[in-house]
Amino acid sequence: MGDILQISNLTKKFGGLVAVNNVSFSVGEGEILSVIGPNGAGKSTLFKLIASFLRPTAGEVRFQGQRISGLSPHVVARIGVVRTFQETTIFKGMTVRENVIIAHQLRAEASLPGFYFGSPTARRDEAEFRRSADAILELLGLDRVQNEPALALPHGHLRALGIAIGLAADPKVLLLDEPFAGMNHDETMRAVEMVRDVRDQGITILLVEHDMPAVMQISHRIVVLNFGEKIAEGTPTEIQQDEKVIEAYLGIEDETIGI
Amino acid sequence: MTMSKLIWALVFLALSLVAVPWMIVATGRSDLYYTLTAVALLAIASGGVWLTFYIGRINIGQAAYALLGGYVSTILVVHYGVPFWLTLPLAGLFCAGASVLIGFPILRLRGVYFAMVTLVLTEVARLLALALPVTNGAKGLVNIPLPGPIALFGIELLPDFAELANPRRAFYFAAVVLMVVCYAALYRLVHSRIGRLCLSLQQNEELASSIGVNVAYLRLVIYAISSFLGGIAGAMFIAISQSIYPSSFTIADSINFMLNCFLGGLGYVLGPILGTFLLYFGWDLLFKAGQFQLLIFSSVLIALMLTLPNGLLSLRLWKQTERTVDG
Repeated sequence: MGDILQISNLTKKFGGLVAVNNVSFSVGEGEILSVIGPNGAGKSTLFKLIASFLRPTAGEVRFQGQRISGLSPHVVARIGVVRTFQETTIFKGMTVRENVIIAHQLRAEASLPGFYFGSPTARRDEAEFRRSADAILELLGLDRVQNEPALALPHGHLRALGIAIGLAADPKVLLLDEPFAGMNHDETMRAVEMVRDVRDQGITILLVEHDMPAVMQISHRIVVLNFGEKIAEGTPTEIQQDEKVIEAYLGIEDETIGI
Repeated sequence: MTMSKLIWALVFLALSLVAVPWMIVATGRSDLYYTLTAVALLAIASGGVWLTFYIGRINIGQAAYALLGGYVSTILVVHYGVPFWLTLPLAGLFCAGASVLIGFPILRLRGVYFAMVTLVLTEVARLLALALPVTNGAKGLVNIPLPGPIALFGIELLPDFAELANPRRAFYFAAVVLMVVCYAALYRLVHSRIGRLCLSLQQNEELASSIGVNVAYLRLVIYAISSFLGGIAGAMFIAISQSIYPSSFTIADSINFMLNCFLGGLGYVLGPILGTFLLYFGWDLLFKAGQFQLLIFSSVLIALMLTLPNGLLSLRLWKQTERTVDG
């Protein structure tokens, strides 16, 4: 398993506050890697740095050896590193299928006039987007609700739609921001299966999550942040026994980490 | 555009170009030509405003482009002797160009902030027209010649309006055809993938940007098209009245363009046509109410907006056509 993503000495300061401090790790191709840590540990900032929504103060992110820090987010997305949003950010006024079709825009080769006049490139784009959207909808189990207005979807489907929108960009690495937040046990289990199905498509998954049982179940490896610094990295079993991690979660380890 | 849409457009054209003139002759109400021409042209300008609503911008500045288009066309005709029919697209293009320069900074604004700036734009246009030497200030430009003929390879396509016995009717025909062409183009735009991209801007600009929509570029293109429509509508209007003053298009017009869109429905591309028609005739019908005209008019408008927030077309008195799921 070669490394698809290398994070080296990544640091982000907001004024005097060091949100992410000298964090380094790499992500293997086809891996599911989770980033965990107490609230305010810098997980979301780390994600924004990787997807290039933020510019690092120091350090860099490399994707397949190519430096992607400092590029604009849509360029990074086109290269293959795509982030989904923490909020349920979707196009509420469109149907589920329309959401996924429109989300293919990164892959569009036709120009605006091309789309207006229906050029051969535009027709090819649109046919391809529809085909790909149908495949994504089926993969995530959204095909039954594809013609529902997106704003009428229940919680679990909304989250799946967020992932579908991310998948439309044809990512090599998908960053999922709290995909299981606010879900009950059954919903979480379905979502875990869904994330595994996505990985089986050959997509590397990086996720930030609070739901420890789900994290322990799904992750190949885990990186633990506390106060912006990486305090541990390893397999779920290693992390559960790590002194520093237990200390960071002191007092709540029984329920939270599931030791 | 599907076959049935094409048929509807042809039916509409036949009604407006054959049935309406026949009725006007039968009733002797030839003043209706001017009224209906005005409706068609105002509907074109309103269509532009509707398009900016479609990308999530409240545009109260269309009168500025109507005025600009009117002056560009008039000055080209009067000072440079350019044929009117050539100045019509030129006026539109000039407005589109100007709107790119203006839109580049202001389209970053949203909601009420964009609305306020565009409102100011109308006033800026009026003050500019007062101040610049080329517009002849408050005295305006009068006695603008009527449009000349268009001939292609010696075949006369359009006659010289000055020699016509009834130029009003000719203007009415021209305005209706222009409106149908503009709305067909708008319809195609909204029902192509670009329409979906516009909706994505309207609903969530951040997400649109992250899925690869070039937000700044698309906003500018749409605003330019909108201003183009304002410009040609203004130019045509001025050609009919044969005179232009800084007060030819004012803030009241900008607001009316917006009301036309609200009334017809922001979700329907043909909404502004219905909105303009009803608003224009509604106002005239209330003329008999005298001093209560404005009071009744505004009360009805407010009531309509409260009960039908999605516009009159949301009533759906006909069978709902199948949703277009073209991506």
